[in-house]
Amino acid sequence: MANPNGIGASVRRREDARFLTGRGTYTDDISRPNQTHAVFVRSPYAHARIRGIDAGEATKAPGVVAVLTGADMEADKVGSLPCGWQIHSKDGSPMKEPPHFPIARDRARYVGDAVAVVIAETREQAKDAAELVMVDYEELPAAVTSVKALDGAAPQVHDDVTGNLCFDWHLGDAAAVDAAFAQAAHVAKLDLVNQRLIPNAMEPRAALGEYDRATGEHTLTTTSQNPHVIRLLMGAFVLGIPEHKLRVVAPDVGGGFGSKIFHYGEEAVVTWAAKKVGRPVKWTAERSESFLTDAHGRDHVSHAELALDQDGNFLALRVATIANMGAYLSTFAPSIPTYLYATLLAGQYKTPAIYAEVKAVFTNTAPVDAYRGAGRPEACYLIERLVEVAAAETGIDKAEIRRRNFVPASAMPYQTPVALQYDTGDFAKNLDIALPMVDYAGFAARKAESARKGKLRGIGFATYIEACGIAPSNVAGALGARAGLYESAEVRFHPTGSVTVFTGSHSHGQGHETTFAQLVAERFGVPIENVEIVHGDTSKIPFGMGTYGSRSLAVGGSAIVKAMDKVERKAKKIAAHMLEAAETDIEVKDGRFVVAGTDKALSIGDIALQAYVPHNFPLDELEPGLDEQAFYDPKNFTYPNGCHVCEVEIDPETGVVEVVNFAAVDDFGRVINPLIVEGQVHGGLVQGIGQALYENCVYDEESGQLITGSYMDYCMPRADDVPSFAVQYHEDQPCTHNPLGVKGCGEAGTIGASAAVMNAVVHALSDLGVTHMDMPATPERVWQVIQRHSHAQAAE
Amino acid sequence: MYEFTYHRPTSLADAAAMLGRSEEAKLLGGGQTLLPTLKQRLARPSDLIDLGQIAELKGIREEGGGLMIGAFTRHAEVAHSDLVRRVIPSLADLAEGIGDRQVRNMGTLGGSICNADPSADYPSAVVALKATVKTDRREIAGDDFFTGMFETALEPGEIVTSVTFQKPDKAAYAKFRNPASRYAIVGVFVARFGSEVRVAVTGAGPSVFRATDMETALAGNISPDALNGIKVAADGLNADIHASAEYRAHLVTVMAKRAVVACG
Ligand SMILES: Cc1cc2nc3c(=O)[nH]c(=O)nc-3n(C[C@H](O)[C@H](O)[C@H](O)COP(=O)(O)OP(=O)(O)OC[C@H]3O[C@@H](n4cnc5c(N)ncnc54)[C@H](O)[C@@H]3O)c2cc1C
Repeated sequence: MANPNGIGASVRRREDARFLTGRGTYTDDISRPNQTHAVFVRSPYAHARIRGIDAGEATKAPGVVAVLTGADMEADKVGSLPCGWQIHSKDGSPMKEPPHFPIARDRARYVGDAVAVVIAETREQAKDAAELVMVDYEELPAAVTSVKALDGAAPQVHDDVTGNLCFDWHLGDAAAVDAAFAQAAHVAKLDLVNQRLIPNAMEPRAALGEYDRATGEHTLTTTSQNPHVIRLLMGAFVLGIPEHKLRVVAPDVGGGFGSKIFHYGEEAVVTWAAKKVGRPVKWTAERSESFLTDAHGRDHVSHAELALDQDGNFLALRVATIANMGAYLSTFAPSIPTYLYATLLAGQYKTPAIYAEVKAVFTNTAPVDAYRGAGRPEACYLIERLVEVAAAETGIDKAEIRRRNFVPASAMPYQTPVALQYDTGDFAKNLDIALPMVDYAGFAARKAESARKGKLRGIGFATYIEACGIAPSNVAGALGARAGLYESAEVRFHPTGSVTVFTGSHSHGQGHETTFAQLVAERFGVPIENVEIVHGDTSKIPFGMGTYGSRSLAVGGSAIVKAMDKVERKAKKIAAHMLEAAETDIEVKDGRFVVAGTDKALSIGDIALQAYVPHNFPLDELEPGLDEQAFYDPKNFTYPNGCHVCEVEIDPETGVVEVVNFAAVDDFGRVINPLIVEGQVHGGLVQGIGQALYENCVYDEESGQLITGSYMDYCMPRADDVPSFAVQYHEDQPCTHNPLGVKGCGEAGTIGASAAVMNAVVHALSDLGVTHMDMPATPERVWQVIQRHSHAQAAE
Repeated sequence: MYEFTYHRPTSLADAAAMLGRSEEAKLLGGGQTLLPTLKQRLARPSDLIDLGQIAELKGIREEGGGLMIGAFTRHAEVAHSDLVRRVIPSLADLAEGIGDRQVRNMGTLGGSICNADPSADYPSAVVALKATVKTDRREIAGDDFFTGMFETALEPGEIVTSVTFQKPDKAAYAKFRNPASRYAIVGVFVARFGSEVRVAVTGAGPSVFRATDMETALAGNISPDALNGIKVAADGLNADIHASAEYRAHLVTVMAKRAVVACG
């Protein structure tokens, strides 16, 4: 490797110095002259008719500039927040898509639904006045849980969505599955809940709207993972502002985990209001608002059945899932429990027949959408729990039953029965690496040691495969996507050889400023300090789709490679001219442009200078400049995969679960920066462990009040809750269809970890006869399970 | 927050006078409970009287064989005090287990006991260590200080100045943390003074209480086995999404045994 900061180097994150010393610039850090502050009046009820709003007193309160309501937005013809993915039900009918206004008009549909906004000179004044806005609510009964919302007697969340059913969708071959079940020697069955989670990005959402009366240009600065998507959705569908008059900036963003993909009402409100009041309008969520109004994740209730033959080979899988959409359809909500979930139900296994049914339901709760993993953790959890149940019931070792059913590496590319075509993967290899990392063979001895201390011990596996970089656009379009799924890049060399890379993807914790710069350093031998990565501003970057679904390197990085290809092609021509050689004789070696077989060579800096000061330049053949743009539309998804193994120890007296050992083996294709990849895996694992053991979003089932509305009750995993992870990856199975051979690593940890932990927990309890328990495995829940089963055993 | 006037008196007398001037005035300790309450606009004091500059409320001293700890002593100071570590190590352990580092660096002993949160740790020590709570007006026996959920024997306008803990022969505190907030779901403080054993339970009920059956059992035989089969009734215990009353009742025995073991 010529460049110490090139591909494969564990370069320390260049952005960290800024973040760790408090010098990042987040939306809330930005203040404009004459700025006002917005505070939302939010519904205290899960479901209520808004009979009237009296803003009289509030309007007169000190510092108040305006009090605006849904009626004001309606008068200005502000539209509904659009949904970016359309699903069709089994019967061919389109999903129900009730309007979702930035400020509710006639009815509030969840606790936290915005019903008015107060704009004042200071935040405190806006808060004071918000308390004076008199909303005449008529409280209505609420539909809170998905299962109950579906039973005919439940209150209607939207009048024209009968039975609260958004869509009833299916995938796979039901007849083939039925036939396979009829032949089965054994059927493993499982009912399971994938509980609702609250994303909890460190930086709360914020939005700053500005309007320039001189130019007619609107600017929205917002905590977004994809500013161009927001510009498109808000400009075209909500506010009717053409792109050339709307700039969206997502500056430093402190974490998203999916929750900042979506177009939220507050963004539209501050943009609209800034013009209305003629001053910049800023809103920053309080942490309690984040709990109430950030789109939540997961919330599935499923029944699953796996048919096996007498040798433990999987014959067929049947799944029925109820997915909670919340009160309205968030931007990508319908795609999560369908194309990002059911399509992954093959997992790593060659199960020949799969059939999945998904009912999506409206409830009087916050909208649910993508959250780290988005559909794939739900699929992995379901399959891997079910496989573990099948292993226990058939008596086949859990590593062995998996190995027996893996899609072999030799079968790649492999077409699953649920629409995807895996390109590469060696699942047995992942397992082979993982087993010694956890000393699988020594488990029995460790369990005996735990037993001597009065503890229970269990070990659990999860093998996962995920589909990242959703693509190609035309296929996604056929499946209901209302957006393209490519990525853009521009590589701009400057006259003295430094480089600015403009990327359509967005960094909010992923380290693009480092990884992307390594690509350029490697390719052109440029010192990494001379490479700047620019993202997040629609006025600077080409139209891009942003960052979600572990797509940034696989799609955004590939776009950069394509742009670099163009730069290289042009640079070769310039070099040929400068060196008086034939273009075909120019070779690129370690970033230098060399005349083959000679010592005549130029650096990219020499070429860039000539490109901008074209005194010795083929002007009749080439334009000056060295600045190329590319769009990359992937040919397929990428398929990161791996094997996680977790070992837990349980204190039966208290029910406390301790994760004592965790190994993750991942295949992310080629790895550009191992340090960043490891960091992504660690964070992902902690989030997955968080779901398994700690996190749980709880609404009161009657009133629809959010019970876990603060960190006093919503338990986030913390550093002292997790062990030191053993993490390994291998690069033998690069992605075959993108130029870097990369697959993506952002979500993997979260996808595998919850299942591995729960399998370990259930294994630890299995001597008591426990076969399943739902997440999170909190101390009391575990203790209750132990009580029930100890009593049952004693009674026998 | 609503607006309030901020004061920073340097003497107890000034603080008391300021407090007397308005019924809506409030004392500010470490602010770990009061400030979040204000931020959520759940309280609207006219004045906040910061106790942080009053020398009389600070310090840790040996007194009558026990320890006198000023009301405005931060949890971290108690946790890291060599004196506390030497005289009543279990009290330092308790302080070290409160919340997280930030909370320990700000929260105070006085604020904790005056707030009388049912899941706070210190109340168990006040009761188990036969403490005396001193105020600007009187002395209150630890046993009489906590009167209910978020309720104490303090009169309006009364300021806690210090707490004197008696030195036990042996003592230990065992806490079962709420995994989210890290307050006590159940905390049991066991202290032995000669033949007397005190078992004070926090977190489980509306207010700290003594598990008298356990005290009796342990008086003759300070060993975990002495607690076999002894349970507090689940009736009337706290219940929330983290722990039912039944589970809390169970944990009281488990934590009491662990405290006894830790007593050595
Ligand atoms: C995240 C978090 C975790 C926590 N975890 C724990 C835990 O694990 N265990 C635990 O025990 N506690 C815990 N706490 C509480 C914390 O340790 C403080 O003890 C508590 O918040 C009150 O102390 P303070 O000094 O901050 O008082 P403040 O919040 O300033 O005041 C609390 C109340 O006491 C009154 N007051 C203060 N000082 C006096 C005085 N000298 N005389 C009369 N009245 C007074 C105030 O007027 C106010 O009403 C936690 C708090 C937080 C925020």
